[in-house]
Amino acid sequence: MSMLRVLKIVFAVAAMTFLLAPLVAILPLAFTSSVFLNYPVPSYSTRWFAELFTADVWRRAIINSLVIGLGVTVLATVLGTLAALGLRERRLPFSGVLRTAFLLPMVVPAVVLGVGMQLLFVRMGLANSYLGVIFAHTVIAVPFVFVNVAAALQGVDTRVERAAASLGASPITTFRRVTLPLAIPGIVSGAVFAFATSLDEVVLTLFVAGPNQRTLARQMFSTIRENISPAIASAAFLFIVGTILAALVVALVRWKSAQRRMA
Amino acid sequence: MSIACGKRLAAFGLVAPLLLFLVLFFVWPLVTMMSNAVSDPGAGRALPQTAAALSNWDRSSPPTPEMQAALVDDLRTTQDDQLIGDLTRQLNSARSGFRTLMAKTVRTVREEQGAVDLVQVDQRWEDVSFWQAIAAATASPYTDRNLLAAIDMARSPTGEITALPASASANLAILQRTFVIAAGTTLACILIGFPYAMVAASVTGWKRQVMLAAVLLPLWTSLLVRTAAWFILLQDNGLINRLLQTLGLIDAPLALLFNRTGVIIAMTHVLLPFMVLPIFSVLIAIPTNLLPAAASLGAHPLRAFWRVLLPLSLRGVVSGSLLVFMAAIGYYITPALIGGPTDQMISSVIAFYATGTANWGMAGALGIVLLVATIALYVVYDRLSASGTERA
Repeated sequence: MSMLRVLKIVFAVAAMTFLLAPLVAILPLAFTSSVFLNYPVPSYSTRWFAELFTADVWRRAIINSLVIGLGVTVLATVLGTLAALGLRERRLPFSGVLRTAFLLPMVVPAVVLGVGMQLLFVRMGLANSYLGVIFAHTVIAVPFVFVNVAAALQGVDTRVERAAASLGASPITTFRRVTLPLAIPGIVSGAVFAFATSLDEVVLTLFVAGPNQRTLARQMFSTIRENISPAIASAAFLFIVGTILAALVVALVRWKSAQRRMA
Repeated sequence: MSIACGKRLAAFGLVAPLLLFLVLFFVWPLVTMMSNAVSDPGAGRALPQTAAALSNWDRSSPPTPEMQAALVDDLRTTQDDQLIGDLTRQLNSARSGFRTLMAKTVRTVREEQGAVDLVQVDQRWEDVSFWQAIAAATASPYTDRNLLAAIDMARSPTGEITALPASASANLAILQRTFVIAAGTTLACILIGFPYAMVAASVTGWKRQVMLAAVLLPLWTSLLVRTAAWFILLQDNGLINRLLQTLGLIDAPLALLFNRTGVIIAMTHVLLPFMVLPIFSVLIAIPTNLLPAAASLGAHPLRAFWRVLLPLSLRGVVSGSLLVFMAAIGYYITPALIGGPTDQMISSVIAFYATGTANWGMAGALGIVLLVATIALYVVYDRLSASGTERA
């Protein structure tokens, strides 16, 4: 029995190392002073962060990513939240089909969607434009908003809203003062996921974006492919820190909302 | 009644924007991609006026002067010899004799000005069967050529479907390779993910939290960051090779980058959470007293696992495998960055046809193959998880 226990611990530690080691291993390389992405790190410096924020290609890519990510977040959050609110009405015909259909963009391979978008966007005049990239990213970001808001709304007791209405609150007041505060944690998680999805998107960007819309992820992709440099590790460092910050924001909003609900 | 109706209308009004957006930017691109795969603009593009003139011909009466004039006009305006060549080949496979007829006609029509009597050029233009071939070629704007080529098939001149010679195309080999890499990744995910989920379900408190966090953290991390990390780790002088060399296990660095091993390692890492999480959620729903019950009835722990735990957790394994396999067959970034030229999967080939050679027909046809496979797997997965929640 203790043999099995030892085996269990060894396996768990090995598997966790496999899962986490790559993320940990890339972090120190962000601060290397060398031009090679190798261990051992000769000495530490911030030269690659400086490169990231001063070199024209990288700076532009970061700005593009922020602009596009912000656009995607707003558009996807509005569309996804509205749809999730609408699908609460169970009597809506085909609501089950719609629910499944709204998740399909997560399933369809990005390359297939990218080919279609490239062909269509040329005809629509959206090729090589910021708007085109924002629309493309929103398609795959919106399911995350929909899922998160729908899950949050599922926890909202409709009797609370009916009570508000019976006390004379108008539908808009009911929504603003009752439904929205209860759905906020889902909306915030959805928005964070939408932004993260846009930030990390490469494949659709390859197909629909022009040289002017080169995003950070797209720039990282071609840097790894063509001439790998430690700037990649610095960019990865920013991504990982950003992920942790985003997770903290989501956790904070959920915690606050849970506290308010208890009060 | 009217309140329910109004509510329904309001609900539809809320859903409509997303529905419209997805129809425009999700459904329409996919339809465009598919129609590109099956549309055949060759004959229609070369002979637009003839196509119009032949559309209301009954296909049996003698050719009219209008039809002749339209054909003459088309042959004069279409200067693209490549297009005319393709057209001639297509017509010749439907009605032999077109090759010489077209060559003669095109030459004469281009040399002379004004109206030309085609029957004067060649007696064969009196023959209805030649016009029938043109009518057939211009009538249908669709073709199955690309779809057949996607699975290494083609139509012979007589219209039968035959396999292409092995040297002519490699699409089946790429489909097979995609399947092998995806299956290898799925297997590796089961081998690591199943025991991992079992250990995570068997421990409690902070140990379980840590094990789940170890799965979720990579899941939330950018795919590019994870791929970049594996690129760094797998290099010839990367950490893995250094560690193995320091331990004295190998003398020369192992080749891990730009080959199959590296692709499967990186893809397993990326997709492992999709295996662990479904299995874990099934395992924690299994009552904890089942195994002790089996043991109290005299079952050996291995037998208890084999007869009790494994069958109950199988649904999680199948769900996880479907998810991993479905995601793996469409992968592009990881094979593109970690793999070598012989590890490129179907997505890379689609991207190559689309951006490299602008062969939208082939890109669309292979896209259809990938899309159909993915949707089929998703439908099975969806049914499976739906029946699971019903039972619970």
